[in-house]
Amino acid sequence: MSGLSLYDKLWNAHVVHRQKDATCLIYIDRHLVHEVTSPQAFEGLRLAGREPWRTASVLAVPDHNVPTTKRDQEIEDPVSRKQLAALDENCSSFGVQKFEMNDIRQGIVHVIGPEQGASLPGMTIVCGDSHTSTHGALAALAFGIGTSEVEHVLATQCLLLKKTKSMRIDLEGELQVGVSAKDLVLAVIAEIGTAGGTGYTIEFAGSAIRNLSIEGRMTICNMAIEAGARAGIIGVDERTLDYVAGRPFSPKGDDWEQAKADWSKLVSDADAHFDKVIRIDINALKPQVSWGTSPEMVVAVDALVPDPEQESSDSKAEGMRNALIYMGLKAGQAVKDIVIDKVFIGSCTNSRIEDLRAAAIVVQGRQLAGTIKLGLIVPGSGLIKQQAEKEGLDKIFLDAGFEWREPGCSMCLGMNADQLEAGERCASTSNRNFEGRQGQGGRTHLLSPAMAAAAGIAGHLTDVRDYL
Amino acid sequence: MQAFTTLSSSLLPIDRPNVDTDAIIPKQYLKSIRRSGFGPNLFDDWRYLDAGEPDQSCEGRRLNPEFILNDERYRNAEIILGRENFGCGSSREHAVWAFQDYGVRALLAPSFADIFFSNCFKNGLLPIILEPALIDELFIASLADAETSVSIDLESQTIIRDGKPMADFEVDEFKKHCLLNGLDEIGITLKYAEKIKAFEAAQKNSAPWLYSND
Ligand code: SF4
Repeated sequence: MSGLSLYDKLWNAHVVHRQKDATCLIYIDRHLVHEVTSPQAFEGLRLAGREPWRTASVLAVPDHNVPTTKRDQEIEDPVSRKQLAALDENCSSFGVQKFEMNDIRQGIVHVIGPEQGASLPGMTIVCGDSHTSTHGALAALAFGIGTSEVEHVLATQCLLLKKTKSMRIDLEGELQVGVSAKDLVLAVIAEIGTAGGTGYTIEFAGSAIRNLSIEGRMTICNMAIEAGARAGIIGVDERTLDYVAGRPFSPKGDDWEQAKADWSKLVSDADAHFDKVIRIDINALKPQVSWGTSPEMVVAVDALVPDPEQESSDSKAEGMRNALIYMGLKAGQAVKDIVIDKVFIGSCTNSRIEDLRAAAIVVQGRQLAGTIKLGLIVPGSGLIKQQAEKEGLDKIFLDAGFEWREPGCSMCLGMNADQLEAGERCASTSNRNFEGRQGQGGRTHLLSPAMAAAAGIAGHLTDVRDYL
Repeated sequence: MQAFTTLSSSLLPIDRPNVDTDAIIPKQYLKSIRRSGFGPNLFDDWRYLDAGEPDQSCEGRRLNPEFILNDERYRNAEIILGRENFGCGSSREHAVWAFQDYGVRALLAPSFADIFFSNCFKNGLLPIILEPALIDELFIASLADAETSVSIDLESQTIIRDGKPMADFEVDEFKKHCLLNGLDEIGITLKYAEKIKAFEAAQKNSAPWLYSND
């Protein structure tokens, strides 16, 4: 008998019922809700005359549609206004706790969950959003679900699921100065591909993970979905416990002591079975940048844009050719020569305080290049914004010519007014570089906050290590 | 969910391959916050000559006389007859909601897109895969005579035409059980309500902090 993996432990602790065909009814501890994927689920409840099973498990926040400016005025876009009003209406009629748009606790759902202690180790956490994988950094089993499943969880507190296969990715070595969690995860996706994790839950382990802050670990788990995995998880250690301690929803007093003892067991046993194990040495890792329209199209910043003619797989070469056309790039051109129009620092991947600090170090005492049309800094939550202002980061950014905005998803997906125009090129700390993701015809280069800041100063993609 | 046992109805033939979810319900309606009310916008681009907007009444919009949905003789059909790869495109459930709201209960096609196929079951619609030759036969009959109808018997997994069995079809056991009994997945899960409550009671004991806000 081999030992249990973290995934096994989290799964086993939540099985309500096991069917003959191995489908399990899995109990959900925390249900996070936002305005885009929830309205039809609430309506489904109403039509069926059902009540939510356990409203205390639900926490709602508007984030995808909210404007990042002029929050004191009525929202201009009527569709966004309606979706926010529907969230209000649904939460108040069903008695669900919700942070209002202008509440200091409002922010991107995947940022505020951990920040509030609403996401805790050992929990099962779902949200109608694929980047729910973020919360796995706290040793929680967290994954995104569709609208029917949102309704299912609201009505039953459970989901019918089959266990996935499990993979462990060991990241060994020490990160060089100027290289961050974002570079790590981009390198992982470049290595295993966007389908590399399909059908798996990925546990990230190794010395590089142990040395990362919880914020950095969230960046890694956030993009597990870009590697094809529905969930990414990381075992508990001292840093996890320190992070969770004292947050508004975190256990207190005796509960805290008991929780701490329980959570300490949330690591994979030494002899746990994994269906697949991958080891990546990260000692020589350089800052990474995506050049194409898929998160696996990533190279080191000092590399050249790859040549499809060198690619052995025909279908991959075809994808690369299309990406080059869409991105307006030529094979063989230096990544550092790519001129950008806009900078976006934000999203559930990189909008936490540590991300803003890393960008501010680069920006301090410098100016955005004159050719940059917009440098957007969008903190992940109101509390992060407040903390950054306390540290004077807002001033550093504003002095350099960046805009300092209100929290939300913003230009990660451009559901509000923050978008790329056709043909515009953006250095972005978000997670998806799909065609049109940040605005129709917009071109996205994924990179770390420090790299995005450096690109803004230089006016083109550049190696942040030259700015430190 | 409405149970599905037997259904006798005329057919609504949509004679194109690769009917995608954007055609079934165009993008602008995805912004809707409702799950019902999509019926008047089913196949909106093909059905109307003028452009439609969410929340706009479709009364008075100019109908496309060429499109079969606007042919009175097919108005009451509850079974869609489709070509291959029916329902391809996005994963959003709006496409299924639109059929449901329009009054469709079953779909016959030589093949369906995966996610659309499974979304149908989640919403009480029965998608049936039939041999291309049989689909051809039904297209010819239905286009010639709008009264052409079939009966679907889910229990015996047969399709009957003119009183005679015409074809058998496959359906997943569990999904069949759900449809026959009008159980949606929520309904199934709620059968385990006692087990869920027992789980909660045990968890409340072992991890009381998870219940401190209840
Ligand atoms: S920040 Fe982007 S990826 Fe994250 S939840 Fe919002 S839209 Fe999705």
